[in-house]
Amino acid sequence: MPDDFPVPASLLPLPEATFHILLAVADADRHGYAIIQDVAARTGGELKLSAGTLYRSIPRMMEQGLLVETRERPAPEQDDERRRYYRITPFGRDVAQAEVRRLAQLLDLARASGFVTGRA
Amino acid sequence: MGFFRALLHFYPASFRAEYEEELAAIFARRLRDASGWPGRLAVSIDILFDTLSNAAAVHWDILRQDLRYALRLLVRAPGFTLTAIAVAALGIGATTAAFTVTDHVLLRPLPFPEPERLVKLWEDQSPQGIPVVEPSPANYRDWKRMNTAFEAMAAYTDISANMVGAGEPERLDGAIVTADLFPMLGVQSALGRVFGAADDRGDAPPTLLLSNAFWKRRFGGDPGVLGRKVILNDVAYVVIGVMPEDLHFPRRTTQFWTPARFVEASFADRTDNYLNVIARLRPGFSIERARSEMRVVAAQLERTYPKENLHLKVSVTSLRDEVSQKSRLLLMAVLGAAFCVLLIACANLANLLLARALARRRELAVRTALGVGRERLVRQLLTESLILAICGGILGVLLAFGALPLLTRLVPNGLPIADVPTIDLRVLAFTAALAIVTGLGFGVVPSMRACGSGADLSGLREGSRGGLGGRKERLRSALVMAEVAGSVVLLVSAGLLIRALWRLEASDPGFRSQGVLAIETMLPMPKYASPARRNQFYSQVLTEARALPGVAGAAYASFLPMVNTGGIWHVTVEGRPPDEVKARDAGLRFVTPGFFATMGIPLHAGRDVGESDRPETPLVAVVSESFVRKYWPGQNPLGRHFAIADATREVVGVAGDVKVRGLERISEPQVYIPYRQLPDGIGQWYGPKELVVRSSADPGALVPTLRQIIGKADRDQPISQVRTLAEIVEADTASRAAQVRVLGAFAAIAFLLAGIGLHGLLSFTVSSRSQEFGVRMALGAQRADILGMVLRDGVRLAMAGLVPGVTLAYLAGRTLSALLAGVNAGDAPTFLTVVGLCFAMTLAGSLLPAIRAIRLDPTLVIRAE
Repeated sequence: MPDDFPVPASLLPLPEATFHILLAVADADRHGYAIIQDVAARTGGELKLSAGTLYRSIPRMMEQGLLVETRERPAPEQDDERRRYYRITPFGRDVAQAEVRRLAQLLDLARASGFVTGRA
Repeated sequence: MGFFRALLHFYPASFRAEYEEELAAIFARRLRDASGWPGRLAVSIDILFDTLSNAAAVHWDILRQDLRYALRLLVRAPGFTLTAIAVAALGIGATTAAFTVTDHVLLRPLPFPEPERLVKLWEDQSPQGIPVVEPSPANYRDWKRMNTAFEAMAAYTDISANMVGAGEPERLDGAIVTADLFPMLGVQSALGRVFGAADDRGDAPPTLLLSNAFWKRRFGGDPGVLGRKVILNDVAYVVIGVMPEDLHFPRRTTQFWTPARFVEASFADRTDNYLNVIARLRPGFSIERARSEMRVVAAQLERTYPKENLHLKVSVTSLRDEVSQKSRLLLMAVLGAAFCVLLIACANLANLLLARALARRRELAVRTALGVGRERLVRQLLTESLILAICGGILGVLLAFGALPLLTRLVPNGLPIADVPTIDLRVLAFTAALAIVTGLGFGVVPSMRACGSGADLSGLREGSRGGLGGRKERLRSALVMAEVAGSVVLLVSAGLLIRALWRLEASDPGFRSQGVLAIETMLPMPKYASPARRNQFYSQVLTEARALPGVAGAAYASFLPMVNTGGIWHVTVEGRPPDEVKARDAGLRFVTPGFFATMGIPLHAGRDVGESDRPETPLVAVVSESFVRKYWPGQNPLGRHFAIADATREVVGVAGDVKVRGLERISEPQVYIPYRQLPDGIGQWYGPKELVVRSSADPGALVPTLRQIIGKADRDQPISQVRTLAEIVEADTASRAAQVRVLGAFAAIAFLLAGIGLHGLLSFTVSSRSQEFGVRMALGAQRADILGMVLRDGVRLAMAGLVPGVTLAYLAGRTLSALLAGVNAGDAPTFLTVVGLCFAMTLAGSLLPAIRAIRLDPTLVIRAE
């Protein structure tokens, strides 16, 4: 229950799981298991988000104002009533973009010092 | 799947309520997708660890959240917060302080390796009425030779000696020990070496070990002390080592050790009882087994020495239990009182929190309406009470630190432990546990209550109030009653002990202690072996002391009452059959003329000892009244004869009884013998060494002059003790006085807390009944009626606590009876005073709420509704 919403920069750097969850819900509302699957697919199976980590991150992200639970449900034949769907908030989008910028600046710094060759 | 559902219980209930179904669904899906049993096993293990680590993390998240929230709330209500912390600190501080000293004296293992195997051995002469007697060297040697239960056995005895030759002459306490003592205890020297068998032979040159404190004080911690010669009682000892700082053996005043160097003559007299014997049980041997073996050894020795060892048994006790029953009871009483204070503090805190929870009904109801679960709210409230308890605990430890100087006086003398208990990790761990238990103890009921049915949506109604006489009110009343009852128990216990102290202080010690100075000058042997030299010293000192202005009398005696209780001899009286066993019948003291007058001991018949009583004149004695009662009841004792210390003496005077063993103990009859008739051979111990001077002015002012007089008589003669008789009498009751102060402080705290509790509850009642009072007044009730209602409430509460409190207090008094010096556990003045105090407290606690109630303006109150 934050008193007021913080500026995006105050949440950076984002924990890895938080960033991936934001990416997973960036284009569509998703339920928990769908987020896990999306993260796995996006990282080529390299990052397997556990259910515990996911559901520990979600309440915190909702508290921080990054996510909301949505009442909109998919068509009944695709739905499971136990599922809960999450949607990114505009603030969540801002934070994700701020994190992307931060990572990009980091990458630029690394390139400038010759750590990285070619395109990432 | 049941297993995985069960696993989810590691998560907080609020988290489960939100996500249990989804988590379970994901688990099910992962298991379904896994191929074959190895895959399912891997998934299961993964889920297990994932759940455990994440559940811990979720708990931590919630804790952080609750802490932040609680701190914000507590800071916003500083009055409540500070009161609660102070109350918790008093309870926890009292308990920590009491635990520190109890742990130090009774629980903590002695500072030696495997201390549980160390035992003490005594001669048990129960048939003679003395269950604990110091063993003689001869019996010690036989026990050591005949037993198989002990890995090692060693002996020691306390001595004191005059040290000269290195600056100011000084009297030192030390111990004579057999060479195997330190290896048996497992103690090594800090510098140099400890005694070896060669040092302990009768013909060995005298060697010496110094205590660390003495080495630092007298030799500035110089390692070059090894090999140096120190003169003790005119004998030169070579220093061979310095012992470690934490060695306080056999007691904490011990400053040096010398080897026993027994010679064959040491073992000649089997009834020469002066040793302390200590032994280490063989590994695996129980103390019971050692006892049964020593029974056999004792029986064998009784057959071999049927006269000396008649009925003589051996008692074996753990070294840890060498604390007197009285010290133990005293400490348990202090600890019990501290727990009582803690319980009262908890009750008080619970009450504070209950009142606060009522005031927070709206907040809690809003949060419930917002969907916060009951478990979450309880958890939040418990976090608050834990914060209060932990802050109180920290403050309490500081209080305990502050109380340490007082507590030090509760540590008995005769243990091989430091005098100042330390507050270390062990104590801090205890305090931490105490703070947590306290926090849960006073927090759980209020938070359950607050989040129970009372926190439903009705709490949202503005102006809703706690039901009068409702469940919460009854609980709060019960807590206040418990506080009153607890404080009554403590007040009565402290009161009984104060009465016991007064009774002892008022009791007649048998001498007049005011205005008498006592100075100890132990004349060393063999320098003063010649009677002529001794008497020359006495007469020079006494003549000059008596000539000082304001001095009414001066005398020398072997021992001061209450300081040295020893010197007890067997008595045989003409015309009485000899006793079957040698009993210790009478205390023996050698005195100069004027002793009775100086001490203020009345002479009831006959005469004082005189300068004319010499070795060549008839041997005489002055005896105490109790001596006469024992041997010649109802007869004139003057001119009768009795034998003591191997000589027959004639009674020439009868003196009043003196409580030589202290005010609380039964003292044996006394025999006083003229100092010139001191037999050879017992001069060192019995030779008069206590100078007593009665002065009409402040006796302390005489000290410098008397020092000069003594220095003039013998430049090398140290003064070991300077004190007044009044101080000696005071010291006799000092541990009792310290205990009374500690218990009194606890009782005062408890009393104050109970008063605050009562006041708080009544204030709350008055404010929640203000409407009712307003209506009553509007309907014609007089202010006196309202006043009566509030006061009646207060008195009812106090009475309800008083009745069980008085009953419990009587039981507590019965338990303490050994400490009460004859004061009845049901002592009426004490109980009446406490009841009176209780009513005074009730009135004081009710007064403000009552005044507030009668000042209510009925029109305003009703309009507010």
